[in-house]
Amino acid sequence: MSVVPAEALQGGAPAVEETGRGAAAELGPRARLWPSLAAVYRAQLSRARVARIPLLFVATFQSIGIMILMRGVVDGGDEAQSVVAGASVLVVAFVALNLLAQYFGQLRASGGLDHYATLPVPPAAVVLGAAGAYASFTVPGTVVTAVFGCVLFGLPLAHLWVLVAVIPLAGAALAGLGAALGLLAPRPELATLLGQLGMSAALLLGVLPADRMPEVVRFARDLLPSTYGVEAFARTFGPHPDWAFVLGDLAVCGCVGVVSLAVATWAYRRAAVR
Amino acid sequence: MCAVRGLTKTYPAVRGRRGTPATPEVRATDDVRLDIRRGEIFGLLGPNGAGKTTLVRQLTGLMRPDRGSVEILGHDIVRHPDRASRILAYLGQESTALDELTVSLAAETTGRLRGLEARKARAERDAVLDELGLTPIAGRPLKKLSGGQRRLACFASALVGERPLLVLDEPTTAMDPVARRAVWSAVDRRRAERGTTVLLVTHNVIEAETVLDRVAVLDQGRVIACDTPTGLKQQVAGEVRVDLVWREAAPLHVPEVAALLDRAVAAGRRWTLRLAPEEARAVVATVTGGAAFAALDDFTLATPSLEDVYLALGGAAQQGLVKA
Repeated sequence: MSVVPAEALQGGAPAVEETGRGAAAELGPRARLWPSLAAVYRAQLSRARVARIPLLFVATFQSIGIMILMRGVVDGGDEAQSVVAGASVLVVAFVALNLLAQYFGQLRASGGLDHYATLPVPPAAVVLGAAGAYASFTVPGTVVTAVFGCVLFGLPLAHLWVLVAVIPLAGAALAGLGAALGLLAPRPELATLLGQLGMSAALLLGVLPADRMPEVVRFARDLLPSTYGVEAFARTFGPHPDWAFVLGDLAVCGCVGVVSLAVATWAYRRAAVR
Repeated sequence: MCAVRGLTKTYPAVRGRRGTPATPEVRATDDVRLDIRRGEIFGLLGPNGAGKTTLVRQLTGLMRPDRGSVEILGHDIVRHPDRASRILAYLGQESTALDELTVSLAAETTGRLRGLEARKARAERDAVLDELGLTPIAGRPLKKLSGGQRRLACFASALVGERPLLVLDEPTTAMDPVARRAVWSAVDRRRAERGTTVLLVTHNVIEAETVLDRVAVLDQGRVIACDTPTGLKQQVAGEVRVDLVWREAAPLHVPEVAALLDRAVAAGRRWTLRLAPEEARAVVATVTGGAAFAALDDFTLATPSLEDVYLALGGAAQQGLVKA
């Protein structure tokens, strides 16, 4: 089927000449950070249409179900605020942490990372693009959960706009954590397990009212990045929210996000070239 | 354009655990030396586990060798593995990174990540999908396609964003003849117009004989021969393969047949013999006449193929090369 003999081609010089040093060929262009980040983000986002929609529903129903259950336990006030905030951030934890950890774990195990590793794309673009897309997947579920919770517990809807900051910052922190876990886990089952554990922690420590917990659990709660997203969101339900504390909590989310995404990028680089 | 010298990679021994037996240290590539010329289709042929994929991963910068050097178009890939992605396009065996994208988006995204601007990536995507006849299924996700179509879509992604070297790991697996033809004509076009070089990993002997300019035969991590397919076949030109198929069992009471027993590779009712032409003639005369003929079901005489070359060169895997 091959009809063109190698010798007939222009420049088909013998190998000996070509291996001479100093005559390095021009390299192809490098993909720049922002355009490639946008390309990865768009590609990942389109996956939702093919594969992720059922799980996004699961995330939302899970949170709504938990709120309905908790309605019999808490009786309005501060506790109701933290339940609604916790259930909303739980959607972020489910998708950004758990599903992203599974995705990267499977990608790594099946050799799918080779595809990205043989393209001249900055590691940060792959990690941030995927993390951004997974954080975006959480938007509808989080909003639906928050609105439903406010109606259910009779909380004011006035400050729900704060989700515009809570989702990306909690999303960055949890997606970074998920990506790092997925890329560092030596086996895909372990990545799945870690993702599930992270989500369970966000569920138990974020949704259940902290005041009734023993000291150890409260300490663990302070270590979990999703807690700060929950706290920031919960504060805004009050009649006079203390915006300084809200900003402080969100800043913690942001810092954890930066660190965990940096770790995830490092982990990607390590996983891609063995 | 691509020079490989003394490339060696050893996988460390793995201690056995519950459920997984221990594996000893494996030398996946052993002092490999190759020279690939510009504009040729160079093949790596060998059975499963011969070290083909390990070698390719070292050439594409995905794996660091323990020793040795890889130079592609004047760039040292061992020292600068990141440069490989700017010189070559790689089609691996896995498509998990692209599976949930549509054919069109997979090609476009890959082009973007290969450094193309958005408009250029779209234009190249359209051209390549058209060239490979994928336009009618451009909007379908790879996951929903048949194995051969999915492979073709991955091949399309590898072509968007031109590279002077294409490294293709079994590109035509599961493809129908139409898709296969599309692949080879796309390769030939790039070769004729731009002098593109192709490194092809295969264990399909028939494809190797028809498309390759030169082939390196790998066995247990070593290159045991490297020449044109015709050149390799001439190494065993003195031999003819005789296949004998008996009705039930070989008639060992016939002395001429019993004498062949030591030289035959028996597989059930089938005996395979590698003989000099005059010996072969004598054997055919014996089995087609007299007492042996009654026990004979079928026989074939064949000139050597690349598979015979591989076995004659001392390839360890006695089952040969073709997996299918």
